[in-house]
Amino acid sequence: MNQKHQDTKAPAVEYLDSSSTDSVPGTLEGFHKQLQLLPPYRWLSQAIAGSGISARGLLIATPYLWLLLFFLAPFLIVLKISFSEYAIAQPPYTALFEWVDDIYIQVKLNLENYQLLYEDSLYWRAYLNSVKIAGISTLLALLVGYPLAYGMTRAPRHWRLALLMLVILPFWTSFLIRVYAWIGILKKEGLLNLLLLNLGVIDQPLTVMNTDIAVYIGIVYSYLPFMVLPLYASLEKMDDSLLEAAADLGCRPIKSFWQITFPISIHGVIAGCFLVFIPALGEFVIPDLLGGSGTLMIGKTLWAEFFSNRDWPLSSAVAVVLLLILVVPIVAFQKMQEKDKVA
Amino acid sequence: MAASGQEVRKKWEPWNDPQEKPHVQLVGVTKRFGDFTAVDNISLDIYKGEFFSLLGPSGCGKTTLLRMLAGFEQPSQGQILLEGSDMAGVPPYRRPVNMMFQSYALFPHMSVETNIAFGLKQDKIPKGEIAQRVDEVIELVELSAFAKRKPHQLSGGQRQRVALARALVKKPKMLLLDEPLGALDKKLRAQTQFELMNIQEKLGITFVIVTHDQEEAMTVSTRIAVMDHGRIVQVATPNEIYEYPNSRYVAGFIGDVNIIEGRVSEVGEGYLAIASEQSGCSIRTRHALDAPVGAAVWIALRPEKLVISMDAPADTRTNCMAGEVWDIGYLGNLSIYHVKLDSGAMITTAQTNRTRDTDRPITWEDRVYLTWTPDAGIVLGQ
Repeated sequence: MNQKHQDTKAPAVEYLDSSSTDSVPGTLEGFHKQLQLLPPYRWLSQAIAGSGISARGLLIATPYLWLLLFFLAPFLIVLKISFSEYAIAQPPYTALFEWVDDIYIQVKLNLENYQLLYEDSLYWRAYLNSVKIAGISTLLALLVGYPLAYGMTRAPRHWRLALLMLVILPFWTSFLIRVYAWIGILKKEGLLNLLLLNLGVIDQPLTVMNTDIAVYIGIVYSYLPFMVLPLYASLEKMDDSLLEAAADLGCRPIKSFWQITFPISIHGVIAGCFLVFIPALGEFVIPDLLGGSGTLMIGKTLWAEFFSNRDWPLSSAVAVVLLLILVVPIVAFQKMQEKDKVA
Repeated sequence: MAASGQEVRKKWEPWNDPQEKPHVQLVGVTKRFGDFTAVDNISLDIYKGEFFSLLGPSGCGKTTLLRMLAGFEQPSQGQILLEGSDMAGVPPYRRPVNMMFQSYALFPHMSVETNIAFGLKQDKIPKGEIAQRVDEVIELVELSAFAKRKPHQLSGGQRQRVALARALVKKPKMLLLDEPLGALDKKLRAQTQFELMNIQEKLGITFVIVTHDQEEAMTVSTRIAVMDHGRIVQVATPNEIYEYPNSRYVAGFIGDVNIIEGRVSEVGEGYLAIASEQSGCSIRTRHALDAPVGAAVWIALRPEKLVISMDAPADTRTNCMAGEVWDIGYLGNLSIYHVKLDSGAMITTAQTNRTRDTDRPITWEDRVYLTWTPDAGIVLGQ
C-alpha cells in the first residue's frame, strides 16, 4: 500500500531515467564515474586530462608501453652489460658510465666480448649448429604437422574440436616432465628399444639418446602444436569448392594440392615455421637433457657462460647476437610481405 | 504442345526433331545419400546449343543433378551420356565439361589472368596460345582493365565474370552454371542475364543452369525443367511452361496464378464446361483435358488474363466471377486487385496502367466482375 502511494507521487519514468544515466551498470562511462569517487583515480584522470592525452591515445599507446617496458628496456640493459667488462664484484661486471672529476661522464665501451665471439670458433659453431638444428627441426615439424593439420580439417565437423583439444592437451603437463619422459623412451633400456627388440626388428639396442636425433625428436615433439595450430587455422578457412573448381578445370588431385591448397595455406606455413624456428634456435633444455656432449647449441652455451662461468658481459653479447640473428630475417621478411601487398 | 503450325519462320527446336541426336542424355539417373533420394529416376535429353534450366525450390535435387553432370557425384543408378559416350567413372578433371560455381570458387592467390589461364595450363597448351585465348575471353567478358587484379580487389559482378571466363576459356562441350547470378543485386542480375544469353549465342556452347529464380529461368532458357523432390515435373519452353503448365505445382511455381476448383459438367466439341461452386458460375474453357463428366478438375487463371470491370457482362455465356474489391496494390506499371468472391475465395488480378490518370475508377469495396476468354483458363487434373 505504502509503496504504491510513493510510486504515484513521483513520476516513475523520469525518475528512473535520470538515475540510470548516472550509473549505467556495465558501461565504461558509468564505471569511470564511480571510480571518480576514489581520490587516486581522480588525480590520475585529472593529470591525464591536463596533459592533453586522450583516453583513445592512451589505449593505442598501451601495447607500445608494454613493449617498451618489458622488451626494449630489458634488451637495453642486456646490451649495456654486453659492452662492460667481467669483474669479480656484485653485480659481476664493470660500470659502463663513470663520473670523472664530478663533471665528466666517462663511457667505456668494451668490445672485447664481441671480438671474442668473432674470434673463438666455439661460438660460431654453436650459432651455426643451432641454426642447423632449428632449421631441420622446423622442416620436420612442417612435414609432420602439415598432414596432421590437413587431416584435422578434413575430419567430420563434430570431431574437429576434440582433435584440436588433443593437439593442445600436452601443454597441460609441464614441459620439463614431458622432455624427461622422452629420456625414458629413448634411452638404451627405454621403451623404444624394448619394443623394437621384442618385435625382432633389431637385435642390438639403438643409441638414440644423447645424439642429435634425440634433440630433433624432442624439438619436433615439443613445438609441434605451434606448427599445427596456425596451419589448421589457415587450412580450415579454405573453401572446398576451390578444389572442385581445380578438378573441373582439369587438375588432378595431387597437382591441385600443390597449386591450390599449399599456396593458400602459405601464411599458416610461414607463421608455423617462425613459431617453431624461433624458440628452437635458443632452446637449451632439450639439447641439455636429450642431446649429447657433442650437441652444440647456442642456448646451452649461453646458459653455461651465464650460470657456470658467471660471465655476464660475454653471455649478454651472445644473447644480443642471437637476437640479431632472429630479428634481421623477420624484419626482412615483413618488408617483403608489405611490398607484396602494395603490388 | 499446342503448336499452331502457322509460323512462316523456321523455329529452332531440336527437341521436337526426331532426327536430332541429344548432346547429353540422362537415362534413369538416381542419386541417393543414405536413405535420402536426392535425384529420383530422371531421364532427360539436352541438345547441342541449348540454354537449359533446372528450376526448383532448394532441396529439389537440381544442384545434385548438375554435380553429377560435372562428375563430382556419381549416380547411384542410371547413365549419363555425353555425345553418346558413358560418363560413369570419368573423373571431373577428364570431362570436357566446365562448371561455374555458385561461390565462384576463384583462386584467391592468383590474379584474374592466372585464374583464367589455370585450366589451359593443365592441358599443357603452349604459352603463346594460352595468352591469346585468355586475352580473347577477358575481352569477351569486358574485364581487360582488371586482368592483373586479385579476386578480393574485384566487385561481385566482376568476380562473376571472371568465374564465367575461367569456365569458358577451355571451350567446354557443356557449361554448367550453379546459381550463377545468385550473389548479384537485382538490376545487375537482369543485365547479366542478357549478357549470358549473348555469350551463349556467340559461342554456341550448351549451357545448363541451375536456378531457383523462375524469372531468371524464363529469361535465359531455351527449355526449363521444373523439378520437385528429386523428380522432373515438366520440361518445356518458358512459354509453354507459363501458358500450358501440366500441374498445379508448375502453375504455382512459375508466376502468380489463381486456382479454382470445379467439376466437369459437360464435354463438348473442343470445349469443356466446368461447374465451380467456388467461382459461382459455369466455366467454359477451350483447353482440352481427358476428363470425363463429373471428374474433379482445377482451373488455373493467370492474374493478367482476367479483366476487371464494374459492369456485369451482357452475355451470359462469358466466363465471369463476381466479388468485392478487398485490396489494391499499386505497383506503378501494374495495379494488383484482390477480389473476394461471394464464395469467400480470394482472386488476384493484375491490370496494366495504360493511362496516367491518378484516379482509378475501381476502389475498395466496389462490386466488380472478373471475365476471361475460354482460351485463358488452364484445366488441370490431379
